[in-house]
Amino acid sequence: MRELLDLAAHELAEKLESREVSTREAAEAANARVDEVEAEINAFVTTTPELALLRAEIIDERLRDDGIRPWEGVPLVVKDVLSTRGVRTTCGSKILEDFEPLYDASALLNFGEDLVMVGKSNMDEFAMGSSTENSAYGPTRNPWDLGRVPGGSSGGSAAAVAAGEGWWALGTDTGGSVRQPAALCGIVGLKPTYGRVSRHGLIAFGSSLDQIGPMTRDVRDAALLLQAIAGHDLHDSTSANVEVPDYLANLDDGVSDLRVGVVTELTDERIDAGVREVTSRIAHGLEEAGAEVGEVNLPHAYYALEAYYIIAPAEVSSNLARFDGVRYGLRVGADGVHEMYRRTREAGFGAEAKRRIMLGTYALSSGYYDAYYAQAQKVRTKLVEDFRAAFSRYDVLLSPTSPSVAFELGAKTGDPLAMYLQDICAVPASLAGIPAISIPGGLSEGLPVGVQLMGDVFTEPTLLRAARAVEEVADFRFELKP
Amino acid sequence: MISEEQVRHVANLARLGLTDEEVKRMGEQLGAILESIEKIQELDLADVPPTANPLSLTNVFRPDELRGELTREEALAPAPEPVDGLFAVPRID
Repeated sequence: MRELLDLAAHELAEKLESREVSTREAAEAANARVDEVEAEINAFVTTTPELALLRAEIIDERLRDDGIRPWEGVPLVVKDVLSTRGVRTTCGSKILEDFEPLYDASALLNFGEDLVMVGKSNMDEFAMGSSTENSAYGPTRNPWDLGRVPGGSSGGSAAAVAAGEGWWALGTDTGGSVRQPAALCGIVGLKPTYGRVSRHGLIAFGSSLDQIGPMTRDVRDAALLLQAIAGHDLHDSTSANVEVPDYLANLDDGVSDLRVGVVTELTDERIDAGVREVTSRIAHGLEEAGAEVGEVNLPHAYYALEAYYIIAPAEVSSNLARFDGVRYGLRVGADGVHEMYRRTREAGFGAEAKRRIMLGTYALSSGYYDAYYAQAQKVRTKLVEDFRAAFSRYDVLLSPTSPSVAFELGAKTGDPLAMYLQDICAVPASLAGIPAISIPGGLSEGLPVGVQLMGDVFTEPTLLRAARAVEEVADFRFELKP
Repeated sequence: MISEEQVRHVANLARLGLTDEEVKRMGEQLGAILESIEKIQELDLADVPPTANPLSLTNVFRPDELRGELTREEALAPAPEPVDGLFAVPRID
């Protein structure tokens, strides 16, 4: 059964379809791998081995009787910020330690009633962080080097895929939380266009930024998982009523008709030399594969991180107001209601959640609103204009995903600003709402480096096709770690 | 650096309890973060409209139809201290 772990998700799906392997056998293989490595990795807050077997048998029955959609039998890792019916969903926070959602997130609905799930993956509390060290359930370790972080906030999902504790995973990306951990763990991570995937049942962090995305071994798996989660949803008023194309149809068509712009502002000296080197090797590779490659400017990318660290905390301060000890989650008792709110939130939230709530509340408070929040929203407009100009000349844009390879546990926990810098390459696409994907581009210091491709809104088919070409020219092969 | 008084004021707005030590540390950290963020104020964006949502959606409606919803029991199941079929809170002060 161990050999099943060496398959990509789409390969496993084919073996399920041809009945060479049963869904139950796949679930058993994932469970066994979790038993083997989870003590070292801590990729999960909650594992669901029995539920996975139970549901796998139901899927096998349906497979025999009516057939299934290609993604349904491949056990999935689900980030613990996505609501799962009857399975506790903590968001990496103490405040939701015992919370059991009443329904599944809409993004999971194409898996049917019986989602075969390995478990709920670890994350920075409420998806705020770039290392998964801000979890109330202990840090996740990078399967490539157990002394290093897996990135974040979807670090549990990234580590689970890299370690083979499941074939693929869902993460969420607000300012890089799918892409950066994918880069640091040597896997593929896609943030779709804002609105492409319903956010209903995704416990909100930054509502104008959040997107659910695939984290997978290869680009074909990312396309298949996107096919499963994309679509319009009446439960999310920001979900886009745009037709879902076939994401697999043109994957292998190459890049000879594509123009690739390398973003000057995201390849400067703020990026480690080893990471820049891999990025430029990929640019040359794409050129040799027939793409037209040039340089492009996004002048306001220099201000994107600052704008992001106003907008995201502002939205957080509003979204996390719902955790008040009344309708769900922790309550710490007190005589009056205000003291109950204060004590509950003091006990339930960790340091980074508190910092962001404070930062957002400050930026929105009377007297500071125009200087911070309003100005940041204008920067966002300028950045959207920068991207529009770039996409009039190029089909996709190339940059590194993260300024460095995986760093050591504890290296940045005392310095929030140093941690925030991890997001410099990721936040421009988030603010503009455009799709972006991280693909392993090679190694630096023996650790994986991710390169990022960005595309115009709803051009995921082109983006995935270009990503597939990066995979071809990259000096990298997926293999299980450790 | 944000003063302790300001930190306590903002924490009160956010209904967030902080220990004395947290207040002190928060003042330093927020000060450093805000100082770095202030970089966006060097841009002259007086005539630029704000962007709140990248898709620029306005007034999205769904049909006003009754659909299956949660029962009262279901809705109250995750509540920490429901009373008589209702969400309950301590004295409003």
